Amino acid sequence: MSDPLLQVDALRIALAGNRTTYNAVEEVSFEIGRGEAFGLVGESGCGKSITALAIMGLLRRPLSLAGGRIVLDGEEIQDASAAEMRRLRGKRIAMIFQEPMTALNPLSPVGKQIAEMFVLHEGMGWNEAMDRAEEALRQVRVPSPERRIRDYPHQLSGGMRQRVMIAIALACSPELLVADEPTTALDVTVQAEIIDLMAELCAAKGTAILMISHDLGLVANMCRRVAVMYAGRIVEAQPADAIFAAPRHPYTRGLINSLPRLGERSRRGRQKLQEIAGTVPSIAGYPAGCRFNPRCPEATEVCLTVSPEATPLPADGLVRCHHHG
Amino acid sequence: MVEPLLALDDLAVHFKVGSALAGGVRTLKAVDGVTLDVKPGECLGLVGESGCGKSTLALAIMGLIPPTHGHIRLDGVDLSQRQRLETARTVQMVFQDPYASLNPRQTVRRTLADPLRLHGVTDRAEVEIRVKDMMDRVGLRPEQADRYPHEFSGGQRQRIGIARALILKPRLVICDEPVSALDVSIRAQIINLLLELKDEMGLAYIMISHDLGVVEHVSDRVAVMYLGRIVEQGGWQEIFENPRHPYTRALIAAIPDPFHRAVVSARAKAKGEIASALNPPPGCHFHPRCPLKAERCTVEVPALDAVAVDHRAACHFRERTD
Repeated sequence: MSDPLLQVDALRIALAGNRTTYNAVEEVSFEIGRGEAFGLVGESGCGKSITALAIMGLLRRPLSLAGGRIVLDGEEIQDASAAEMRRLRGKRIAMIFQEPMTALNPLSPVGKQIAEMFVLHEGMGWNEAMDRAEEALRQVRVPSPERRIRDYPHQLSGGMRQRVMIAIALACSPELLVADEPTTALDVTVQAEIIDLMAELCAAKGTAILMISHDLGLVANMCRRVAVMYAGRIVEAQPADAIFAAPRHPYTRGLINSLPRLGERSRRGRQKLQEIAGTVPSIAGYPAGCRFNPRCPEATEVCLTVSPEATPLPADGLVRCHHHG
Repeated sequence: MVEPLLALDDLAVHFKVGSALAGGVRTLKAVDGVTLDVKPGECLGLVGESGCGKSTLALAIMGLIPPTHGHIRLDGVDLSQRQRLETARTVQMVFQDPYASLNPRQTVRRTLADPLRLHGVTDRAEVEIRVKDMMDRVGLRPEQADRYPHEFSGGQRQRIGIARALILKPRLVICDEPVSALDVSIRAQIINLLLELKDEMGLAYIMISHDLGVVEHVSDRVAVMYLGRIVEQGGWQEIFENPRHPYTRALIAAIPDPFHRAVVSARAKAKGEIASALNPPPGCHFHPRCPLKAERCTVEVPALDAVAVDHRAACHFRERTD
């Protein structure tokens, strides 16, 4: 990709244990173009959220950046100072978290929390910033924003709180929005609305999205390209359509085939769901070689010892499997 | 006609919230006039979003919350007339969170053996055999019996939860979101296991879930709840292929289908958010979010009337299919 907005290159994140240090994330590389929606999918513990935190410069002990580069618009930010990162965050890269109740300040009215963005990053006075906050609430379709700006987070429903989070994140029209499971805490009908809203506003502002989720279907619907993570590594990356039509990694295939799909029973009758054997390995017990090998139906001798390299696929894709055929 | 195993008749569970000093006592109608039945060996999928009352309904059936009015009948006998232990041998429950619902200080053996002893199985050898047999059935190795819950992964813990529910050979098992706390790659294992056990042991299930893919896969019949009321119920195929309540359509439309990108008509989507059960909208509870809303919906509660054989919908426009 020519001139990407964000480039993550061979990212490695270390987790300091009592005696040893583990690599919670390693060899993670991907690029996001300007205005592009990119999805990072994986199960809990696979390293997707800490990858997001690393991009935001928010890794804290026992986690730390142990290698690799994070390049935003041609500029390396992995070693940026805390002050530099504070200037970037909110202004050029912003983040939405899973649980809006814990991410918002419970002691501050939501209007003030939005206005703060304009004061900090655009040097506005508070009066003007509050007007802009009201406008921002209107944009995320909070009803009667002129009254809502004085509400505290606990006075809002979960969906409304997540709208406030989006308003804060998009206040300064950032170039990149990192959304970490933004709808997991919400009900399904509300989720659909929030996703639509996020996609629409980002398209209007030209903001790129890094969407992080365990829900492959949700991500594939929203993003042009998708990367699948397993046990700290990206095992496959492909355009969203291709990943469903022709998944190349056995883990991706397993994920797609293991979930009951709406309408499937009507079409083909009830089939036994395909299971992925075993359990997700813990970080202390990552197997040697390919980390998926104990659960993989196609594993052979080589998978037990040699970690597979990334094989490039068309359209900036990759697969990390010895038998990707 | 097969006698229902479980029959709910105009069941309501109301809670008093608040105090007379602070703003007055208000009534939360968590379950508000639910009539349903479950036949032996049948799986009823119960769908709804948070706060719709589906978990309260489950707890009422378990006898853990007394109904405000209406009846819960098991084998034709009202729950209040039945012996507590006898009910426990008929209805059991599998909980959502296998981390929180197992006693961390009890081994698997103790978790499984205690109910047997409580229900009068005192012969040690028999207890041992039944514990082993049940562990085997749910896919745990009997030699793991002396381990504690923290030594197991999430999926295995849910297997322990299922074994605990089945050890007394109940006839009805209420599964409250049994896979939503599990890793995505583990869910298929547990769903397959639940379906196998249903066939092997002739169980009836009430499968509570917000995941319509799972509900469609496992259910024989489906009931959709919204703010304490059933808004639609019927055979699984009727519900999924010919949904007649706009809320059911909105739920189906909200599921991202990776294979058919964004084909959902904007019309099917629900607007806004679920109202508080403390202060539900008058008339049809769904009307503020409904694309078909008319004057009538704001005043008149629609009855849960038949639209086809074994298919009922509580909507004034149940005949409209657009």
